[in-house]
Amino acid sequence: MKDTLKIADKIFSSRLFAGTGKFGDHQMMEKALLASETELVTVALKRVEHSQPAEDALLAHLAPGRIHLLPNTSGVRNAREAVFAAQLAREALQTNWLKLEIHPDPKYLMPDPIETLAAAEQLVKLGFVVLPYCHADPVLCKRLEEAGVAAVMPLGAPIGSNKGLVMEEMLRIIIDQSAIPVVIDAGIGAPSHAARAMELGADAVLVNTAMATAGDPVAIAEAFNWAVKAGRQAFVAGLPGQQVTAAATSPLTAFLDL
Amino acid sequence: MFIPLFNQYDWIKELESIYRTTAEDVRRALARRQRTLADFKALIAPAAAPFLEQMAWLSQQATQKRFGKTIQLFAPLYLSNECQNICTYCGFSLDNQIPRKTLTATELIQELFAVKAMGYQHVLLVTGEAQQWVGMPYFRQMLPLVRQHFQHIALEVQPLDETDYAELRSLGVNTVLVYQETYHRGDYRKHHPKGKKANFDYRLACPDRIGRAGMHKIGVGALLGLDDWRADSFFTAMHLQYLEKTYWQSKFSVSFPRLRPHAGGLQPKSVMTDRELVQLICAWRLFNNEVELSISTRESPRFRDNIIKLGITSISAGSKTNPGGYAVAPQSLEQFEIDDTRDPAVIAQVIRDAGYEPVWKDWDHALQL
Repeated sequence: MKDTLKIADKIFSSRLFAGTGKFGDHQMMEKALLASETELVTVALKRVEHSQPAEDALLAHLAPGRIHLLPNTSGVRNAREAVFAAQLAREALQTNWLKLEIHPDPKYLMPDPIETLAAAEQLVKLGFVVLPYCHADPVLCKRLEEAGVAAVMPLGAPIGSNKGLVMEEMLRIIIDQSAIPVVIDAGIGAPSHAARAMELGADAVLVNTAMATAGDPVAIAEAFNWAVKAGRQAFVAGLPGQQVTAAATSPLTAFLDL
Repeated sequence: MFIPLFNQYDWIKELESIYRTTAEDVRRALARRQRTLADFKALIAPAAAPFLEQMAWLSQQATQKRFGKTIQLFAPLYLSNECQNICTYCGFSLDNQIPRKTLTATELIQELFAVKAMGYQHVLLVTGEAQQWVGMPYFRQMLPLVRQHFQHIALEVQPLDETDYAELRSLGVNTVLVYQETYHRGDYRKHHPKGKKANFDYRLACPDRIGRAGMHKIGVGALLGLDDWRADSFFTAMHLQYLEKTYWQSKFSVSFPRLRPHAGGLQPKSVMTDRELVQLICAWRLFNNEVELSISTRESPRFRDNIIKLGITSISAGSKTNPGGYAVAPQSLEQFEIDDTRDPAVIAQVIRDAGYEPVWKDWDHALQL
């Protein structure tokens, strides 16, 4: 059976989601995204220009049909703004999918858990397929799940930091508890980080900065594609653990022999 | 809902896959940091038997890490032996000609004092299934009395509706135990031919109703031996895994009632040895580090003394399984035969001698609003 990922009504063959920012130019972005084989890319609503000539516009470079768009609410600071931005995105991009991100803090861009939960509850009721970007907080992720989001997107490390899975212990709990897909977002700075996330059992990863700002974005995008596949295959196959040797001095089960 | 998930599985297929387990599968399961249902299957398989000592050691480590060196003590208080069900294995079955009794409020108070006098601050209330004697009106009348004397109330009664569980919670109930007996649909029907209990699906969906009502703790289990204990344990583990994910704010416990061969009674379909029960307990612990594992006085003193260190977190002591058994009518008929008849004080000493702390109270009803 083919190993696919289902989120809401869509089925994905690739478990690598990508961003569209920071690439420098749209041609480079397009090549890198093709090399990554990604099928879902997030687009900041604030970046979508409608006045530009069609061939230059960001959207023209996103292989229509094969790549699905995931508009995000980057830039909003509270639930009210997020709901408004979501409605704009639905109009502009003709999709009810939404990456919900609310960061009131412009320095570290930390997601606001309270506003995110409140916005998620409203957006689900408005018929959106909500994928919230959030802290690697297991309770928050369960609360978002109960609110009806389609997947959770906890961060691996501060966004743009390329630090990898510094939240690994929390991510393990989230993956273990979650009844919906878990997409590790933010902080993945190298293909090895992406592979690690997949080995832990994450359903997908979202990579942007590490791909867009690499010396050769196309080559790195391809490397991420391999890494995600390798990590996923290892998870499905079942990783061997570390050998444990029992060193009991007095056998615990000797009473059964008497 | 658990039922759609459950219906995707086939008993025979799962049973066969358990028996196909190899030593290599067991080694792999033992080596893992976080174990899956497939690992649990490997650990309860016959192929894991040679690894028992290693499993026991790992189980001990994992249990101490989570629970410390503590063992909870508990005692069941039977409110009634009235029952409208026929269950082939139960002393209270409708077709058994026994004197029936339901405690009155006055009798209940006497029993509560007797249980309290043994040192307990929590109590497990047990009944058969007989709506007219021990339905919600009876619980509404009796629970306030229990709450006056105990910090924590657990209930092991007939499956109820979600609204009932929500009401029971407001009456001070903290824990509800409901055992599926067997996850084998066909054999379940054979063993429960009459009464409300004959409805397999209503019982199977019961932990969902308890969870939705927001109960703090939910207990699950199978009557081991009624069918193949390995397959039943696998389905119990699957059930627990589903419940944990869905009702993530509840705690869970698993019990290991074992059907013993005895003259005149129902003979188990699969006889579970002591060694196998230890294997099962350790497999549970290795599969789930957080679940409470409980053992009753059905087991022998020697077995219980040794199992304390191997993964169990709570044991009953001084149990009477007849309504009025502690003070009102000590001679009446028991639901099942008790093997370990030692007083709770003696059991507490056994626990201390093993280097563990006996815990008599682990909840305060002031915390439950």
